[in-house]
Amino acid sequence: MSSNQVIHALYDDDDTLLSAVKSIREKKHHIEEVYTPFPVHGLDKALGLADTRISIMAFIYGCIGFSVAVLMMNYIMIEDWPQNIGGKPSFSYLENMPAFVPIMFEMTVFFAAHLMVITFYLRSRLWPFKEAENPNPLTTDDKFLVEIELLDNEKELNALLKETGAIDITTIEKKSDHE
Amino acid sequence: MENGMYTFTNKLRNFSIILMVVGFLGLVYGFITSPDTVAEAQAMVADAHHGEGHGTGHDGAATHDAHGETAHGEQHEAAAAHGENHGEDHHGEHLLHQLQNKPWAALYVAAFFFMMIALGTLAFYAINRAAQAGWSPALFRVMEGITGYLLPGALIVFVILALSGMHYNHLFIWMDPEVVAHDKLIQGKVGFLNVPGFLFRALIYIGGWTTYRYFSRKFSLAQDQANDISNHKKNFRISAGFLVFYIVTESMMSWDWVMSIDPHWFSTLFGWYVFASMFVSGITTIALITIYLKSKGYLEKVNDSHIHDLGKFMFGISIFWTYLWFSQFMLIWYSNIPEEVTYFITRIEDYNVPFFGMLVMNFIFPLLILMNSDYKRLNYFIVMAGIVILLGHYMDVFNMIMPSAVGDQWFIGVPEIGGFLFFFGLFIFVVFKEISKAPLHAAGDPLMGESERFHY
Repeated sequence: MSSNQVIHALYDDDDTLLSAVKSIREKKHHIEEVYTPFPVHGLDKALGLADTRISIMAFIYGCIGFSVAVLMMNYIMIEDWPQNIGGKPSFSYLENMPAFVPIMFEMTVFFAAHLMVITFYLRSRLWPFKEAENPNPLTTDDKFLVEIELLDNEKELNALLKETGAIDITTIEKKSDHE
Repeated sequence: MENGMYTFTNKLRNFSIILMVVGFLGLVYGFITSPDTVAEAQAMVADAHHGEGHGTGHDGAATHDAHGETAHGEQHEAAAAHGENHGEDHHGEHLLHQLQNKPWAALYVAAFFFMMIALGTLAFYAINRAAQAGWSPALFRVMEGITGYLLPGALIVFVILALSGMHYNHLFIWMDPEVVAHDKLIQGKVGFLNVPGFLFRALIYIGGWTTYRYFSRKFSLAQDQANDISNHKKNFRISAGFLVFYIVTESMMSWDWVMSIDPHWFSTLFGWYVFASMFVSGITTIALITIYLKSKGYLEKVNDSHIHDLGKFMFGISIFWTYLWFSQFMLIWYSNIPEEVTYFITRIEDYNVPFFGMLVMNFIFPLLILMNSDYKRLNYFIVMAGIVILLGHYMDVFNMIMPSAVGDQWFIGVPEIGGFLFFFGLFIFVVFKEISKAPLHAAGDPLMGESERFHY
C-alpha cells in the first residue's frame, strides 16, 4: 500500500449512497469498504462484488441434513429399537418412510439454516465479543459511510464526494497494525 | 401492433380451432364406443385384457388377465356404494357404469382443469389487486385475458354437472336415488348432497366469481382513461371482498365438484389442496402466455425480473402444493381408518404410475429445475418447467376424479386426450380473443411506474 490515508464520506440516504458509489467507481477510485446500518439492496452489484456463493453452500448443507435425517431415523427406528406405532411395525425404512418425511424436512432446513449462518459469520470474520470494526458509530444508526483509498488526489476526490451528496467528508490517517 | 393492441393472428386462431375439432372428434369417438349393455361392457374388458395395445396404460391390468370375478371384487372395495352384498349382476352393471362414465369423466376432467386455470389466475389477480402489488401491473392484461375463460369454462362445467343431475351419467353416484336408498352414509348427507342444492350452489359460486371478474375488468379498463385513481380504489375494494368470497366458495366448490365424486370419503384440507393446484396452474399459465406474447414482440415493459418473480411463485406454490398433498396423505396413511385410507389404496394399486408420476412432475421436477435463481430468468427453463407443471396438475385432477368414476378401467386414450385438446383449443381461442380486446399495457394503473422499473 502506498498510502495509509483514507477518506470517509458520510451519506444519510441509501439511494444517494447507491448513486454515489456508482459515480465514485466510474472515476476509478478504489472503495475499500462501505458501512451501512442495514443491507442496501443492489449495493453488492454497484460495488462490483462477486456473486455470493452461499446459496450453493445452502444446497449442500440441505443435502447433508437430509442424509443425516435418513441415516438417523434408519438407525433409531429400524435398526436399533424398532417399535410398533399405531399398528405400523418398523420392519423396513421404505414402508415407514412417510412417517419420517417431516423429520427429513426439518433436518434439511435446520442444517441449511444453521450452517449457513455459521458460514456467514466465518466469512465475515465475526465472533462473540469481537470489537466492532466500523469507524463511525453513526453507521449503526441511520448513516452510511464509504471508505475510499486516498492517493495524491484529495482535492479532486473531495469535490467529487461533495457532488455526490456526502454530508460529511473527513480524511483519516489509518492506524497501522504496528502502532 | 399499433397502440399496444394485440392482434389475434389467423395462425393461432386456426390452430385453436384445429385443436377443438380434433378434440371434439376424440370425445365423440369416446361416447360412440362406450358400451350400452352389460354384455358389451364385459366383452370390451375381456378384449382389452387379451389385446396387446393396452399394456402400458393398465399398470394393474396384467395382474388379473384371468379376468376372474374375484379379482374385480377386490378392486371395487373403494366404490362400496353398492353395498356389501352385490351379486354377479350388480357387478356387471357396475362395470357398465364405469365404462359409460369413461368419456364423461374424460370430458369433465379436462373441462374442470381448464376452468381451474382461469379461477386460479383470478385469485392471483385479486391478491395482486388487494395487496396493491407494485411489480405485477405490467401483467394485469394477461391475467385479465386468462380470466376471460372463467365464464365459458365454468358454464361448461355447470352443464356437465346439470347433465349428471339429470342422470345422463353416473359420475356422482349420490345423485342416484337407487344408490342412496341402500346407503346409510349418503343418506346422512342428503341435506347437503342433493341435486337442486348442488346446482344452486354451483350457480352462486359461478355467479360470484364472474361478477367480480366483470367489474374488476371494467374498472381496470376505465382506469386507463381516468384522471384520478377512483377506479383503482374500487378495484382494490372489490378484490379484497372477492378474496373472502372466493376462499369460502372455492373450498365448497372443491367438495361439491370433486370430493363428492367419492361421497363416503372426505378430507378436511381438500379445499386448500385444490386451491394450491389451481393457483400454481394459473400462475404457470400467466408465465407461459407472457413469454409467448413477449416472443411475438408485445409487452415491451415486461422484463426478466417479472418472469423471475413468476418463476419464484411457480417454485413456491409447487412446494406448497406438495406440502398439502403430503399433509393429506400422511394423516390418512398413518391413522389407517378403512373408510379414509381406501382413497389412497385405490390410487396406489390402480393408478400407481399417474399417482406417483404426478408427484415427480409437480414437485421433484420444479424443485430441481427452478431452485437456481438464474434459471428463473431464462424463458426456456420457465417454459419447460411450466409445461411439466401444467401436465402434472392435469394428472392431479385426473387422479382426483377418475378412480371414483371409472375405477381400474382408466386409460389415457382417445377420449381423454380428445377432451384435453378440445378444452385446450377453446382456452386458447377465448383467452387470446380476450387479450386482443384491450391494450396490453394497463397505462392508467397508478402502480404501473413501479412495475415498469421493477428489477431485482
